[in-house]
Amino acid sequence: MGKRTIIPFGPQHPVLPEPVHLDLVIEDEKVIEAIPSIGFIHRGLEKLVEKKEYTELVYVIERICGICSFGHGWGYCHAVESLMNIEIPERANYLRTIWHELSRMHSHMLWLGLLADGFGFESLFMHCWRLREKVLDLFEKTTGGRVIFSVCKVGGVRKDIDKADLKEIVNVTRGMEKEFRELADTFMKDYSVKNRLAGIGVLSKEDALELCTVGPMARASGVYLDMRLTGHGVYDKLGFEPCIETAGDCYARCIVRIREIYQSIDLISKAAEMIPDGEIAVPVKGNLPKGEFIARLEQPRGECFYYAKGADSKFLERFRVRTPTNINLPALVKILQGCDLADVPMLILTIDPCISCTER
Amino acid sequence: MASFKLGRMVMRSLFKKPATLMYPVIQREWQERTRGHIENEIDECIFCGICQKKCPANALTVDKISKSWTIARMQCIQCSCCIEVCPKKCLKNMNIYTSPSTEKVVDRYVGSPQESKPVPKAAPEEENEAVGEKVL
Ligand code: SF4
Ligand code: SF4
Repeated sequence: MGKRTIIPFGPQHPVLPEPVHLDLVIEDEKVIEAIPSIGFIHRGLEKLVEKKEYTELVYVIERICGICSFGHGWGYCHAVESLMNIEIPERANYLRTIWHELSRMHSHMLWLGLLADGFGFESLFMHCWRLREKVLDLFEKTTGGRVIFSVCKVGGVRKDIDKADLKEIVNVTRGMEKEFRELADTFMKDYSVKNRLAGIGVLSKEDALELCTVGPMARASGVYLDMRLTGHGVYDKLGFEPCIETAGDCYARCIVRIREIYQSIDLISKAAEMIPDGEIAVPVKGNLPKGEFIARLEQPRGECFYYAKGADSKFLERFRVRTPTNINLPALVKILQGCDLADVPMLILTIDPCISCTER
Repeated sequence: MASFKLGRMVMRSLFKKPATLMYPVIQREWQERTRGHIENEIDECIFCGICQKKCPANALTVDKISKSWTIARMQCIQCSCCIEVCPKKCLKNMNIYTSPSTEKVVDRYVGSPQESKPVPKAAPEEENEAVGEKVL
């Protein structure tokens, strides 16, 4: 038995731009235990519900995260709309779905790039991000922002996408699919990439269920779980089926995300085809948010949970977000036990941590 | 095998023009919808203060008495909320960003004093330099 040492990992570490700190208890290059600590970038966004009217708060809530900003806005709006019994127009629902799926594409591409960077494959990293840029350009064209869109509002959406732009979205994403196939092949077949990922950090289905993992992490362990099945947006009309892998290792998590990018491209094309004409927003007048509601939404990183409590005034009484990274941290601690020290960055990356979301 | 695939992509990009722009020399083209910064057509503004109330970032200060409309550029999050609520529709979204700065820029727009007269329509509007002056 070797000597035990504690190695601090983060909150600033070259492999991970996110401030999460882990105390790794090491014995002979093997991690025995990992003790995470978060809380370095708490911003108190939830507290702001007391200061901002519910209609303006959406712009604050969107800024919880730079990657899944659209989803946060949507989750908030969905919760508030339900409190006020607002039925949003069908077209708005379709537009939200399209933007959300574009967000998923860019989030997963960003993640693939970070993963490639994590195992030192620089050119793969650059090409992932180069491709991702096209999605950001689409965002800028349709919403006016590259990262924060500010298009979701209580009652619908603020901007419409016209026919020509919808066509462009489909053409660009279809064009990306071809290029992405080359990148995905590298991730899936390259010997050195496989060596770094396959068989590492296995999370069994039982553990995944017990630790309540969500999102691609759960799906890579064979858990049939995706909030898009619960009927938010128009996913039921698009014939959505989640991507499931069973191996539960880093490689499977990578495959799930790659398959989800293809799936998002298909969903976007279908939605662009089926989108009905009509209004994009309904006016929000009259009654004020009252009661309690929990909205659940599938973010790129997994299930996100929005709790809203209205006080029959312009200000919500309480708003809370439970983010996917938050729930996946116990699973991370679990898979870190017994892994090699050199694999730690890979394992942390494959849960796709978003600490800014987690701490809000 | 797969490495060769990426190799092909790398080779291709070697002969293509770069994916990035040589920034200060070549400027980026902004989209029509790009939310760059907010401008106020100050002569239209009635200093009602609704935009200040609704701004989620508290970036605006409206003063009815001195007829000034002030925006803290670094505080503004470009959400366009003020544009939506303005009753006179005098706020506009410009698709060019303000230039980078190391200081917290505050732009102050002051309405023309003529308008403070009780009958504003009577005064010939072309004469006075109506454009709001900018004070850093
Ligand atoms: S809401 Fe419009 S009119 Fe009123 S103060 Fe603001 S800019 Fe002026
Ligand atoms: S764009 Fe948004 S943050 Fe900026 S001044 Fe207008 S309301 Fe405030």
